[in-house]
Amino acid sequence: MTTHPTSTLISQYASGGAGVDDATIWAVEAHLETCAACRAVLTDAVDPGTRDLLDRVADGIATGIATGPGPVRRHRLLRTGVAARVLPWFVTATGLMLAAALFEWTFDSLPSLVLLIAPVAPLLPVAAVWSRRLDPAWELTATMPRTGLPLLMRRTLGVLSAVLPVLAVAGWFTGHSPGLWLLPVLGFTAGALALGPVVGVERAALALTVAWSAGVVVPSLADGQLPAILTGSSLPGWALATVALTAVVLGQARRRPHEPHQNLLHR
Amino acid sequence: MMRTVSVAETAPSTYPWAVHAEKLQVRAGRHLAVNELDLRLGTGVHGLLGPNGAGKTTLMRALATVLKPAGGRLTLLGGEVTGRADLRQVRRGLGYLPQHFGFYPRFTVREFVEYIAWLKEMPKAVIPGAVQRAVERVGLADRADSRMKTLSGGMLRRAGIAQAIVNDPAVLLLDEPTVGLDPEQRLDFRELLREIGLDSCVLVSTHLVEDVAVACTDVVLVSEGRLVWQGSAGELAQQGGTDDAGDSATERGYSSLLRAHRGRVSA
Repeated sequence: MTTHPTSTLISQYASGGAGVDDATIWAVEAHLETCAACRAVLTDAVDPGTRDLLDRVADGIATGIATGPGPVRRHRLLRTGVAARVLPWFVTATGLMLAAALFEWTFDSLPSLVLLIAPVAPLLPVAAVWSRRLDPAWELTATMPRTGLPLLMRRTLGVLSAVLPVLAVAGWFTGHSPGLWLLPVLGFTAGALALGPVVGVERAALALTVAWSAGVVVPSLADGQLPAILTGSSLPGWALATVALTAVVLGQARRRPHEPHQNLLHR
Repeated sequence: MMRTVSVAETAPSTYPWAVHAEKLQVRAGRHLAVNELDLRLGTGVHGLLGPNGAGKTTLMRALATVLKPAGGRLTLLGGEVTGRADLRQVRRGLGYLPQHFGFYPRFTVREFVEYIAWLKEMPKAVIPGAVQRAVERVGLADRADSRMKTLSGGMLRRAGIAQAIVNDPAVLLLDEPTVGLDPEQRLDFRELLREIGLDSCVLVSTHLVEDVAVACTDVVLVSEGRLVWQGSAGELAQQGGTDDAGDSATERGYSSLLRAHRGRVSA
């Protein structure tokens, strides 16, 4: 609207709009919402009683804002996950890694414990972020729109960002090539997530840990040397497996992002 | 700031019943806890009554999309929940308070309700206001910034109700919400239920017949996984004779209906 209402019309509007038809009143009102100059005219047109009342209300609100509690600070960090619940499991994994590093440093005749344990270290906290037993609010989480694989992947990223620095320290301390611990860690984590929709994340993590311990850790401790699977020559294999498993997980999350993934929370 | 009302908000609903179950079967473990149940719920406060082990909690879990139905058809807010349906849209309109309300002890009430609001995919801009409103509606505003582990049982229950109503759900499912509330809080809670029931479908599972008599517009009676009776609270009171067990008309109606149902089943 480009034409401004006359000041007579505005004062008629201010006094309740008697004698003016509804359509004109609406037009004036719509114009007032967008035009500061006409609002100023309106302010002068209201009778002193009303103006006094408005002033008192404005004063009251201003005092309320000034004396009341301030806006609440938002804690964004808590959003990313269930940090407090996972902490004990994260501490366990960290302790395990540091003990392995110390052990390896003390007894250099044994095969590298850091490399043997690293692949399954993040599985403990990853299982903990998606477990009926450890997540007290699992039943609520299961009914949310933002649940399923995307939420699990978000929580897993949180776990990895906490576990990887510890592994980096242990790896640097014992002088191993980063690829030898990083790729198995990523591969096993992706494997747990890929198996999750089939058997449940908790079971998948447990099965992978047991399989790795029985198939690799125990035999290599018995032999006293690192298996071929943890030497530089198998790096391409690890890289390939990691990429493939990550692709599977991303594919599942992409194909049915809203799938409830009931199985992720097995019973 | 003025909020733009979206087309979706003003559109008429395209479904006759907010909750519509046809021959619904749900398993609790191996046991078929809900067996061929037919149920239609519209706007209003519905009380779900039944003896222990009648399948109330299992039914609530199925309606909350925690459990997948084993058979039959379940439609929530016009969206089919059975089969491989996309639950995301339906879940945005749900509010659920589980019987065992799990929470994160180190979160404050506000953080917890905020986290749930985020999981419910509410727009970022409306979350702080919606959280404050939900917390005020359950009367927890003065404890909003206390950690949840410091709350009493009744307060926790109210925090649970706050997280359920934070998204103004079209279907609100409350499993035993009055456990741990003192008489005064129970009165406030009934008032809140009536208010929410004006434009949403509220289903309250309870074993307290008197709660149903005063707070609910409609009563659903289940036994052994089947629908026994559905009608208004007034009609339930008329069902009982003077020789039925119970201290109030509603209780007598309840026991009379259950007795009649058991007679039919055993005959």
